[in-house]
Amino acid sequence: MKFDPTNFSHWQEKIALVKAFLKVWLEPSNLARLRPTLEFQTGVLAGFALLASVLLGVTNCSTESTILQRLNEDLAKSLEEVVPNDLHDNDMLLDTVTIPSADYNLGADETTVYLAKKSGKVTAVCFKFVAPDGYSGAINMIMGIDRDGTLLGVRVLSHKETPGLGDKIEVAKSDWILSFVGRSLDNLTQAQWAVKKDGGVFDQFSGATITPRKSVQATYRGLQLFKAHQAQLINP
Amino acid sequence: MILSETYRKIAVDGIWNNNIVFGQNLALCPLLAVTGTATNGLGMGLATLVVIIASNGLISVARHLIPSEIRIPIFVLLIAALVTLVDILMNAWAHELYKVLGLFIALIVTNCALLGRAEAFASKQPVRDALWDGLMMGLGFTLVLVALGALREISSAGTLFANASLLLGDSFKFLEVTVIPNYKGFLLMALPPGGFIMLAFLIVGKRLIDQKLVQRNTRTVPSGAVVAE
Repeated sequence: MKFDPTNFSHWQEKIALVKAFLKVWLEPSNLARLRPTLEFQTGVLAGFALLASVLLGVTNCSTESTILQRLNEDLAKSLEEVVPNDLHDNDMLLDTVTIPSADYNLGADETTVYLAKKSGKVTAVCFKFVAPDGYSGAINMIMGIDRDGTLLGVRVLSHKETPGLGDKIEVAKSDWILSFVGRSLDNLTQAQWAVKKDGGVFDQFSGATITPRKSVQATYRGLQLFKAHQAQLINP
Repeated sequence: MILSETYRKIAVDGIWNNNIVFGQNLALCPLLAVTGTATNGLGMGLATLVVIIASNGLISVARHLIPSEIRIPIFVLLIAALVTLVDILMNAWAHELYKVLGLFIALIVTNCALLGRAEAFASKQPVRDALWDGLMMGLGFTLVLVALGALREISSAGTLFANASLLLGDSFKFLEVTVIPNYKGFLLMALPPGGFIMLAFLIVGKRLIDQKLVQRNTRTVPSGAVVAE
C-alpha cells in the first residue's frame, strides 16, 4: 500500500471512530442493557472461545519447537547417564533402530533403540522402557547395555510411586538403582533376577516392595528384549 | 505498608477467616493428593497462587461483558485456557521448574477454588481488589498446603522439606531438615487416609484458635489493648 499523508489521516479518523464506538459500547450501562439478549450471550461465549483458542494456538505453535528441543535435551541427558560419554563419538539421538517389543510387556509395541557407536562400531545400546505395573501406575525407565549384554546403568525417568517410600528408585533419593550396574542375563539366573523377598539379589525398601519388584522384573524383560535382537542391534 | 480497611479485610479473609480450605472447604482434592511432603505442598501452593491471581484479574477485567446466565462456562473456559497457557509456557521457558511443578499445574484445572473466587469475588469487584484477593487467597492456600505437608512429612518420614533444593534451587538446601533421626517411618501418614486425618487435626486446631480469640476479645475489648494490634 502506498503511504501518503491524506491516506494516513484517513486511517487515523477511522481508528478514532472505532475507539469512540468501543468506548460507548463498553460502558457498563450499555453492556448491562445488552447482557440479557440472546445474541449478545451467544456472541460473548463464542468470542471468549475464539480468544482462548487463538491464544492457545499461537502459544502452542510458537513454543512447540522449544519444547521439543527441551525434551531432546532431557533425553540426551538421560542417555548420558546410562551410557558413558567415552563409549561413543556419535549423536545417539540420530542413530536409532526400532525393534518390535509387544511380547515383552514393556509398555510399547515398538521400542526405539539408541545406538552408541565408536568409529562406526556399536559399543552400547540404550532404550526407554516402561514397568506398566508399578504400585501406582507406570514407571518410565531407561537402560544402557553394552554390546555383550551387561547393564551399564538403569535410571527412572518418571513415576508416580509413593513419595518417601517407592520413590527411592530415583537416583536423586537413593543409590538403589545403581545396583543394576554390571548385571546381565549371564551372571544372574532367572530366579536371582528378583528382590530378596522373592529369593533374588536385589534389595527391597522397607514399606515398599512392589515398586522395586516391578522395576527389577521390567529390567529383566528389557534385557530379554535386547538379547532377542542382539545380533541385529550390534551389527546394524 | 498501611492498608485501607477493605484491603485489610480481604487479606484477613483470604489467609484466615475465609481461607480456601478452612473457611470454604474447597480444593480438598489437590490438597490431599499432593501434601505427602512439605516441598510438594509448597510447589502446588505457588503454582495455584500464580494462576488464581491471573484468573481473578482476567475475570474482573471482563466482568461487565459476562452475562450471569452463561458465566460458569466462560469462567471454566478462561481458567482452563490460562492453566494450559502457563503449562505450555513453563514447559518451554522454565523447563527445570516445569519438571518439578508440571504435575501440579495440570491439577489446578480441577481446582474448584479458582472457580469459587471467580464466582464469589472477581466477577463483582474492581480489578485491583480482585488481584489482591487472588494473592491473599493463594497465600492462604499455600500456607495450609505447606502446614499439612509438613505435618504429614514429619509424621510419615521424620524429615521436613526433603528435596526442597530440587524445587527451589541449591541455595534452599538449608530447608531440608531431618526432624526425627532414625525414624522408622509411619506409612499411613504418607497415604491418602493420613491426609484426611491430619487435615481434621488442622481444622480442629483452627477452630480452637478462633474460639480462644473470641474469648480473649470479649474479655479485653473494654481496655482496647488487643484492638490496636
